[in-house]
Amino acid sequence: MQLTLEFGGGLELLCQSVKIHNVDVVLQAGETKLTMRVLLSWIRTNVIKERPEMFMKGDSVRPGVLVLVNDCDWELSGQLDTTLEEKDVVVFISTLHGG
Amino acid sequence: MESNGGEASRLLREIDTLKAAKSDIEHRISILQSQLGEIVDKEETLSSSCSPVPINDSGVRNGLSPEMIYRYSRHLLLPSFGVQGQSKLLKSSILVVGAGGLGSPALLYLSACGIGRLGIVDHDIVELNNLHQQSKASMNRIDLIIQSDKLISGLNYGFDALIIHTEAYISQSKVTSAAAACRAINSTVQIVEHKEALRTSNALEIMNEYDIVVDATDNLPSRYMISDCCVVLGKPLVSGAALGLEGQLTVYNHNGGPCYRCLFPTPPPTSACQRCSDSGVLGVVPGVIGCLQALEAIKIASAAGEPLSGRMLLFDALSARIRVVKLRGRSLQCEACGENAAFTKQLFREFDYEKFTESPLSASPLKLNLLPRSARISSKEYKEKVVNGEAHVLVDVRPEHHFKIVSLPKSLNIPLSSLEGKLLEISSALKGEEQRSGLVSGSGASLYVVCRRGNDSQRAVQYLHKMGLTSAQDVIGGLESWAHDVDPNFPTY
Ligand SMILES: [Zn+2]
Repeated sequence: MQLTLEFGGGLELLCQSVKIHNVDVVLQAGETKLTMRVLLSWIRTNVIKERPEMFMKGDSVRPGVLVLVNDCDWELSGQLDTTLEEKDVVVFISTLHGG
Repeated sequence: MESNGGEASRLLREIDTLKAAKSDIEHRISILQSQLGEIVDKEETLSSSCSPVPINDSGVRNGLSPEMIYRYSRHLLLPSFGVQGQSKLLKSSILVVGAGGLGSPALLYLSACGIGRLGIVDHDIVELNNLHQQSKASMNRIDLIIQSDKLISGLNYGFDALIIHTEAYISQSKVTSAAAACRAINSTVQIVEHKEALRTSNALEIMNEYDIVVDATDNLPSRYMISDCCVVLGKPLVSGAALGLEGQLTVYNHNGGPCYRCLFPTPPPTSACQRCSDSGVLGVVPGVIGCLQALEAIKIASAAGEPLSGRMLLFDALSARIRVVKLRGRSLQCEACGENAAFTKQLFREFDYEKFTESPLSASPLKLNLLPRSARISSKEYKEKVVNGEAHVLVDVRPEHHFKIVSLPKSLNIPLSSLEGKLLEISSALKGEEQRSGLVSGSGASLYVVCRRGNDSQRAVQYLHKMGLTSAQDVIGGLESWAHDVDPNFPTY
């Protein structure tokens, strides 16, 4: 499944400072749909290059990270149970507090 | 000479006394102005039904004086804003918390647009040492103050300092400086100065006096504290943040939208909290976000357009992209604004925000103390070693882009993050130094470690000790201490 992943607010530092990743996620045998839960662990394995604890906590993202699926807060689409579709854009943004 | 010294300190004392008197008088003036404003407001409401009709009443029927009509004509000409929007603005009050990178541009636009009353909270002073730093790299603290002559030439353009604080206000509070700039732009706006840090003990009283709050602070505990206080008082909060080349903007606690805690019920780990003074910021980025904060505050005050509530604007300066995303609504489980939340004024006053977020309310740098004194050396002691020609290797563990800004002569840059794979490089540097100075191998070149402020150098020395390089010592206080105690001409950033 073709997806666009974007990292911002400093999270890009965990993946070699690359903000936009066009990826092709292949479903495992027996899987019929791709959920955010599955995608997160795929990202942890395939995209995050350092300090994975700065991206994830347990099976979700760490506190202070906003997840947006097609520009919508993932709380509105079922969080970890959100089902992804071809060409979806998933954005991970770390909250900023500087000023 | 003796008498000269005495004369100087007498003058300094007198200057201090006069400054204190001046600030006291300014404070009293602002109190009187605010009392006057209230009396005038009351009289206007009382007399509006039976006020005498002036000979030329063209401006009076809509409540705007001829001066106001002239000053705000551009606003009045906007069909979607007009007299109605401007009249609402003139009656509204806005509090800006923080007069730094975000607050400075916001304050200038808010005073120019004709807000009725504008409050400024900040406890920082405009520092002289920042003036000396003005021409350094863009990694500087964003509250750096730029000399006024540089303003005109456009050097260092983008820092908040350039926008609002000038050399004339060195050693005065940022609030005094910002207030003077706002009054110079629009003397008809009532500017209220709050020269204190916002805390749980004073936040309710200060924020209660305003219709809208603008969060232009630079740290996590303040963001939770201000949001909770807005929930308790039922005020809309215009929240902006900037770091590096990115900015974020949203309106909390307004029109059924979420509060800060709805979005971030659990604070992020402290290791994820970067500060502008460590990570850098391009000054124009908070400038852009601060202007947008003023815009959102104006929209709410004048009831014009759709406020950025339940949505967040993400600004990426490098790719020139602005994305507006849809956020969750108010969370029923939110501890501050949720259905069963019992977050009262009393609870707010007792809440420990520094403990909750594990970070300090003021963005002051961390000071670690990981090593015994025997494993440490002061910058003055290090200077002695250099002067005496002692055989040694100095490892600088800062990131490479820091090292490029400034470094000590002959220091070896091995960033802390790559120290693990570079132990051989250190050993061979020590051997080379021993040979160069004719020492018997193993008997002695010293190993010193330095960083910016003396925290990472301690972490590095701990690691080097563990890996067998037991003679490693860190330079206490790092390059900042070197600049402070040894070489005042050494640049700090
Ligand atoms: Zn809430």
